[in-house]
Amino acid sequence: MIRFSNSLKFAALSAALLLGACTHKQEAVNTAPPPAPPPPAAAPAPVTSSILPGSAEDFRVNVGDTVHFALNEYNIEDADKALLGRQAAWLARYPAVRVTVEGHADERGTREYNLALGARRANAVKEYLVSQGVSTGRVETVSYGKERPICTESNEGCWAQNRRGVTTITAGANS
Amino acid sequence: MKKFLVLCAALLAFALASLPASAALTVDVTQGNAQPLPIAIPDFVPGGGGDPAAGANIAGVVRADLERSGLFRPLDPKGFVEHVTNINTVPNFQSWRSITAQGLVTGQVTQQPDGRLRVDFRLWDVYGESQMLGLQFFTTPENWRRIAHMVSDAIYERITGEKGYFDTRIVFISETGPAIKRVKRLAIMDEDGANPIFLTRGDYMVLTPRFNPTAQMIAYMSYIGAKPRVYLFDIETGRQEMLGNFPNMTFSPRFSPDGNSVALTLETAGNSDIYVMDLRSRSIRRLTTDPAIDTAPSFSPDGRQIAFESDRGGSQQIYVMNADGSGQHRVSFGAGGNGTPVWSPRGDLLAFTRQQGAHFTIGVMRPDGSGERMLTNAYHDEGPTWAPNGRVLMFTRVSPGGRDSQVWSVDVTGRNERRVLTPGSASDPAWSPLIQ
Repeated sequence: MIRFSNSLKFAALSAALLLGACTHKQEAVNTAPPPAPPPPAAAPAPVTSSILPGSAEDFRVNVGDTVHFALNEYNIEDADKALLGRQAAWLARYPAVRVTVEGHADERGTREYNLALGARRANAVKEYLVSQGVSTGRVETVSYGKERPICTESNEGCWAQNRRGVTTITAGANS
Repeated sequence: MKKFLVLCAALLAFALASLPASAALTVDVTQGNAQPLPIAIPDFVPGGGGDPAAGANIAGVVRADLERSGLFRPLDPKGFVEHVTNINTVPNFQSWRSITAQGLVTGQVTQQPDGRLRVDFRLWDVYGESQMLGLQFFTTPENWRRIAHMVSDAIYERITGEKGYFDTRIVFISETGPAIKRVKRLAIMDEDGANPIFLTRGDYMVLTPRFNPTAQMIAYMSYIGAKPRVYLFDIETGRQEMLGNFPNMTFSPRFSPDGNSVALTLETAGNSDIYVMDLRSRSIRRLTTDPAIDTAPSFSPDGRQIAFESDRGGSQQIYVMNADGSGQHRVSFGAGGNGTPVWSPRGDLLAFTRQQGAHFTIGVMRPDGSGERMLTNAYHDEGPTWAPNGRVLMFTRVSPGGRDSQVWSVDVTGRNERRVLTPGSASDPAWSPLIQ
């Protein structure tokens, strides 16, 4: 479900980029022939251009901040390794940035157990980032257990969204 | 809260001491199918001075306490035949029998010349035609609710043979706002929901408060500064302090029965283990070393053992160990996953949370894992806490998706399930001992 929504997000992003490109191309064709019609006041900019490189938004939108876990599990899934690899590469590009990884659980666990499980998940993300070259001192972890759901339906699709590790920037980003 | 209260109780031996005692009027709290005992509790008689409504107020609280226990059925005062005007005369038992009362409570409230409130009450066995109990309390007028709860406790104990639990407090987490952005505040109230007080403002999340044995101190988890740690909160001074100086998350605190130490969970590099901190020396001792999740410790009332939960066997289950960490062994072998063990103050049972898929229920088992009984059956019930007499439990009841939380109570028999009055949504109740 999560992976689904992620790919959906990426699909949407690509579509937007593509649309930007097409629009641009179309303009180029239209303006080619005759004299000089005034260019459009504001050409539709590529979606990413308004996002400051090295900013928290850049990280969130263009890299992706969230990975997901199976029920009661905390291993990094193969499908999420590419995303964490991009996080590590981005962090290498912006060495002043410090992050905190939040570990979250779905509602199907007792409060204390989910705090412990969220800690396991946050730590798993941290360890993967470190394995990709991020210095351990740049990555903090915090567990919110089941206390910070992003979806409050009682079904697998919703639970899958809540079982997550979120890399959040705490310092050093461009703004 | 101790300093606000000057109380004393004296046996009302005068005038009526010659009446024969009777033990005919009893309620067996161990019987799951007990019929509530019909009891008449007229408004207490004004004895002079003070708030003229005090007698009605106190009797109203006593009626509500006893009704809530599920063991008593306070009769509607509108049906009373005899109008009590003097508690120092023998009641007309026939008139009380005529309205099916088996017990009768008469009382009087007097404002003393020194400003204190004096409350006298007598408990009568209507069929035995005898006085079962006569007590006298003194307190400041603003403490009238506590006097009422003490009257309720005295009646409960005299008739059931068990200590009462009405003069107690509940510390809990008050919840407001939507589930995706819930504001959680530490709060405390009387057992009947009266006098709620918020102890934190809600600018940081708080979880899992627990009383110490004198109910003066609360151990809880706080996210102050986005760093989840165990804190101690002194109720009288309002002072709070982080417990220890740990580099990582500490959570699930629980006081030892002598109040001198706190068991808690410390997370290190993603692994959660149980430690005990001595509150005087602040020295810590590690009790579990397993790479699995070990958390939710709870002492036995003699302090010699600790129940906890661990997923070292592949699923979350309940284990028991000696207080020094030796002898760790699994005790829960029933269905599903099992966690949040809480030792009964009587020592005879562990209350726990069972998880089967998305379904969470409250149960009890003996500390060796035998005699398991499930007490509730809703969507998600979690985190039991015991009344000091070990006869009633409170717990958190969560609606699907975590959209709302309420505190509920249930008798250890599985009967008398009811919602606990809290100001708004609430979770993580912890029941105090009887107030000293």
